[in-house]
Amino acid sequence: MQNFILNEKFAKEIRSHGAETYPHECCGALLGVDSDAGREIRSLFRLVNRQSDSPRNRFSITAEDVLDAARAARGIGLDVVGWYHSHPDHPALPSEFDREQAWPWYSYVIVSVIKGESQTIASWRLADDRMRFEPEKISAGATASALP
Amino acid sequence: MAVKVMIPTPLRPFAGKRDNIELNARTVGEALGSLTTEFSELRKHLYTDDGRIRSFVNVYLNDEDIRYLDKENTPLKDGDTISIVPSIAGGR
Repeated sequence: MQNFILNEKFAKEIRSHGAETYPHECCGALLGVDSDAGREIRSLFRLVNRQSDSPRNRFSITAEDVLDAARAARGIGLDVVGWYHSHPDHPALPSEFDREQAWPWYSYVIVSVIKGESQTIASWRLADDRMRFEPEKISAGATASALP
Repeated sequence: MAVKVMIPTPLRPFAGKRDNIELNARTVGEALGSLTTEFSELRKHLYTDDGRIRSFVNVYLNDEDIRYLDKENTPLKDGDTISIVPSIAGGR
């Protein structure tokens, strides 16, 4: 399993975003670096949940927002390596709907927000055969200097 | 027509690790068909089992979304660039 570094500062930012938008889902891009040594998140790019009809249990990031996130990442020498969203009053587990809408390679970080308080954060990657999500072990960054 | 298809980072492992593929095709649909014939592992990430482009997969010809052109029948000319951009969705 690859090393996935999400330091406490960014984990806190994701938790804050999820609490702010509760009871609606929040969403954003994970900007970072990816190499054979692993993946490290070095910035977040908050996005607006475009799902206006059911924002309590769905989120949507348009292609234009995806391109905006990619431009923002390039501007600071990073890549979009994944996405985050919140699950209000629900565990940080990917749903069948999440699976249908995903691509491999990206890290999908989910924060569970229960009664307005952010709790568990988990990261997932879609298997190459699209059949399931696999958990990605989050490290707080002790080995960050090993990455370029 | 000689065109270039830009491969988004998440799909490069399924396209020989390349960031673009040059190929000859008359329409966008034909170009994507050639691409997924050459790199068969790409197909399931772009198309549903019944052969439709997945709803979250957006295809641009140069800077135009093909939904606003002639979709997969959109004709190509030499030098065109096709881009594949996901929209991201999910929820509990």
